[in-house]
Amino acid sequence: MDEIKTTVQNLVKKHGKSRENLLPVLQGVAEKERYVSEYAMTLIAEEMEISAADVFGTATFYSFMDTTQRGKFIIRICRTISCYMKGKNQILLALEEALKIKLGDTTPDKKFTLLETNCIGWCHKAPAMLINDEVYTELTVEKVHSIIAEYKQLS
Amino acid sequence: MTKKINITINGTELAVDHGTTILDAAKQLGIKIPVLCYHKDLCIAGNCRVCVVEVAGVSKLFAACATPVWEGMDILTNSLMVRNSRKHIIELLLSEHNADCTKCYKNGNCELQELAAEYKITNQDFIDLIHSHSYTIDSFSPSIIKDDSRCIRCQRCVRTCDELQSVGALTVAHKGDHMKISTFFNKPISEVVCTNCGQCVIHCPTGALIERNYIEEVWAAIGNPDKHVVVQTAPAVRIGLGEALKLKPGERVTGKMVAALRRLGFNSVLDTDFTADLTILEEGTELLHRLKSIIVENDNKHPLPMTTSCSPGWVKFFEHIYPDLMPHMSTCKSPQQMFGALAKTFYARKIGVDPEKIVSVSIMPCTAKKYEANRPEMRDSGFKDVDYVLTTRELAIMIQQAGIEFNDLPEERYDSIMGTSTGAGVIFGATGGVMEAALRTVYEIVTGREVPFENLNIQPVRGFDGVKEATIKIEGTTPEYKFLEGVEVKCCVAHGLANARHVMDTVKSGKADYHFIEIMACPGGCLGGGGQPIPTTPEIRQKRIEAIYAEDSSMTLRKSHENPEVIHLYKEFLGEPYGNLSHKLLHTEYSERQRY
Amino acid sequence: MGKNILKRIDLIFKEEDDFKKVLEKALQSTNTELINEMIASGLKGRGGAGFPTGLKWKLTSEAQSETKFVICNADEGEPGTFKDREILTRVPYKVLTGMALCGRIIGAKEGFIYLRHEYKYLVKELNKEIDRFHAVLDELGLDFRVKIFLGYGAYICGEESALFESMEGKRGEPRNKPPYPSDFGYLGKPTVINNVETLAHTFTIFQHGSSKFNELGVKDSYGSKLFSVSGDTPTPGIYELELGMTVEDFANDFGDGDTKAVQVGGASGFCVPRKKFRETHIGYQGKLVGISLPTGGSMMLFNSSRSMFNLLTNYLEFFTEESCGQCTPCRVGTQQLLEGSRAVKRGEKPAAYLDKLLALTETMKATAKCGLGQSVANSFQSIVENFREEMIY
Repeated sequence: MDEIKTTVQNLVKKHGKSRENLLPVLQGVAEKERYVSEYAMTLIAEEMEISAADVFGTATFYSFMDTTQRGKFIIRICRTISCYMKGKNQILLALEEALKIKLGDTTPDKKFTLLETNCIGWCHKAPAMLINDEVYTELTVEKVHSIIAEYKQLS
Repeated sequence: MTKKINITINGTELAVDHGTTILDAAKQLGIKIPVLCYHKDLCIAGNCRVCVVEVAGVSKLFAACATPVWEGMDILTNSLMVRNSRKHIIELLLSEHNADCTKCYKNGNCELQELAAEYKITNQDFIDLIHSHSYTIDSFSPSIIKDDSRCIRCQRCVRTCDELQSVGALTVAHKGDHMKISTFFNKPISEVVCTNCGQCVIHCPTGALIERNYIEEVWAAIGNPDKHVVVQTAPAVRIGLGEALKLKPGERVTGKMVAALRRLGFNSVLDTDFTADLTILEEGTELLHRLKSIIVENDNKHPLPMTTSCSPGWVKFFEHIYPDLMPHMSTCKSPQQMFGALAKTFYARKIGVDPEKIVSVSIMPCTAKKYEANRPEMRDSGFKDVDYVLTTRELAIMIQQAGIEFNDLPEERYDSIMGTSTGAGVIFGATGGVMEAALRTVYEIVTGREVPFENLNIQPVRGFDGVKEATIKIEGTTPEYKFLEGVEVKCCVAHGLANARHVMDTVKSGKADYHFIEIMACPGGCLGGGGQPIPTTPEIRQKRIEAIYAEDSSMTLRKSHENPEVIHLYKEFLGEPYGNLSHKLLHTEYSERQRY
Repeated sequence: MGKNILKRIDLIFKEEDDFKKVLEKALQSTNTELINEMIASGLKGRGGAGFPTGLKWKLTSEAQSETKFVICNADEGEPGTFKDREILTRVPYKVLTGMALCGRIIGAKEGFIYLRHEYKYLVKELNKEIDRFHAVLDELGLDFRVKIFLGYGAYICGEESALFESMEGKRGEPRNKPPYPSDFGYLGKPTVINNVETLAHTFTIFQHGSSKFNELGVKDSYGSKLFSVSGDTPTPGIYELELGMTVEDFANDFGDGDTKAVQVGGASGFCVPRKKFRETHIGYQGKLVGISLPTGGSMMLFNSSRSMFNLLTNYLEFFTEESCGQCTPCRVGTQQLLEGSRAVKRGEKPAAYLDKLLALTETMKATAKCGLGQSVANSFQSIVENFREEMIY
């Protein structure tokens, strides 16, 4: 618990206490903890003198802000039109099969979370997905399996 | 000299000040543009889009509430395009709304319903979005119910809680089709920093935020021949009740209210103003004790400034936000709770009724009072001191349900023993009232003379300024209060929790040199409370405050310490102010609460 | 790549590393001279809104304030658009130069790049470029600093006032306008906010002069533009082309021989059916013959195997999710359009219900608080009107 407090305090010290630093602070916590918990939000609210409800309302506006625990590797597959046309559904099925979870879930070992997202800007190399900040394009079922296998090797 | 802008509205020319919105400009010509998210008390949102109007030469419509006029603007408020668009907007709102009006508590007093009726929305082609979505109804709080199926997302409640009250218990969460009004992690409002002040309730245009009503429970008690039902009425109810019964704002309906309460079946009709006077005696004595401890004995255990404690919204706010300043709050209960403790002890004995058979009901302009009555420590009588709290609105409903023609009622008087009051008691309903009442008594106790203001009207603490200050120099004291000779007593009055926060922040930083601070959670004081008739506007509150001071001026007795029933109460029962029995029944403790 | 029916331009990605020279040259001119050059170029915003850049810079320079800001809008989120990512990868110094010179002109000392979270992988390299850039600015004595502000997953934050709100630590909800950014932008200060590509074009103008820019294109749609091409095309990618072309030429150049429709401008743009290819031009409002469509450059091609109904619902799902939710016409309207379209297709609502939905889009266009809600009408109307059969059967 104290670790999060230190993280929050350091982030506020780094970015600043005024309201315009809220997003970088939230992002900093999420980067470290994989999500922003209820407790973390109360700490942020206290440090930055914002109401906790306001922190929550701001955080939940943004699609990449997770308020529930996510896996170490968050997979976001693009579902917008170009990727959809180029076979996103097949890729999704392949991912569900490779990970043995359904869209929206996290693997029991907390390693992978499978989500959908909107256009990530790789339409000419569709279908595409993000795993954390890394981009993977021109996906095929085979490619997906080998990418996941690689990630499974990582600790 | 403000620059004037020339515009045309529906063909009529008009010159208005630079910065005037289309909405306000139209008002000057008597043209009413419908609104939903706009409210006089709050900052401009411009999100409901109901108030859109056409401007010649532009294909997009403009939100009248959010658009300042420009030179030569040619406005049409009722063109075909405006009407068609507005109809669509209302239909859209209805499609994401639980439009089962007959089952809604706000049926008959709902702004969306009014609009739908005005535009004759008799057909709904759009697809019902509400019943296919999940939504929450939060009824865990004893004061407020939040029904998301009735929410039109105008965000008035969020702006109220955040800007008007600086509490910030409500927020807008998520986006798109998941966007909703929420609390921190969508917890029940009873589990977050909500103070129960009910300002959100009186600003909500629909039935999304309403008071938790206890009408059926009170009817059941009244209808139970075994029970003796006692009712007390707060000062601000007698000047607000009329509005909920089709009378004009500012009508003083005290006598009719008492008559109505009798006809509803209450066995004893008594007055919270009585215990307001009592509160002054207790709190005034407490203040003098603190002054003496600090000035004479150098003992800071009960520090200054002392703050009032009769506003339960303020008390909960204090418990959440300033727990380390707890010793500053007066230990006096509110008049409602003092009354409750006495009703089942002193009063029960006087009228010879077994306290177990007494049901204690209060009529309050307040939703936080419902929470206050349910606080676990409010059982000093040996029973729950106040059983049910009804808002002014609920009383009006009961009067209508009983088929009483309110306007035809005679003027009646309260029952005795706990029904007499002074002008000092009634001004509790206005911001600055508690301070004024306290000064009228304390000054006279200390100097033996009346407070040096014409007609006892202490103007510096009156009115709607957010924070008011007054200094009174004490000279020519009685021997007992010599330690106060020459002391300049500094008083501060704040209303609305945002102003309360300003004042308490200065206290926290050590920069405040006040002796006594009066804080009311609601803007305007209780007269603008969360239990008062809806709608609320600055103009309506102005009328109410005039009524309060008119009540005060019209009374024979205007100082709390001259209330004969209060004097009798001490003589026969309590002993002396701030004595042992007072401490047991009329004083309380507070709890530290989580910050969020 | 492609059949080269349309002339390929090479201004944006041409490597011209000596941005120091461009800065030096520009710093020798007065602010007025630079503004006039920008106005003369006829450059219009390349993010899709098409506001004249020179005018924007002029208005903001005239605003009275000690503090002003320059913001580069890199929240590229329009489906089918990916050009800004390439610019920031290959020629970021052009964008930075544009920002610094804008700052000098309007009197701003701070610049920000609002970078969408999906492009986070660019941050490391981009910061290196920014450091390099700062060193050069120091040499030249120009007081201007650039910082990256990372978004967090919200398409609506590409809208200028929503972007300001986001940078101020709030929900990205668009503001009421007026006031406009030139008077009241980030932190309430006068702000120039420009798209990545727009700023890259300013580099060309500063380097080569306005005439090099406006010798391309057509009246009111001067210069070149980057087009992000995807979908049913053998040659997807980014292409710099002249403005003013017909969709017919475009489809012939980039299509797979079976092009049924071209979506111009992404989900908030227009779906052009084959029968209207010839009469439709790509450019800004003006003196073009026939229909002209302004665009951020997203061009998606669909062949005859594609279901226009699926297309429409994909766009509507996008909008129902990405709407900020504050205003009624957009929040509820997008949901009604989506549910309504589905209901007609399933036979639960009569075909005529589509007309009620079309009327709704007119209301959305007129009453929505920002461009997102206003633009849903574009794709809805163009798809439903041109492919009505597919909506029903």
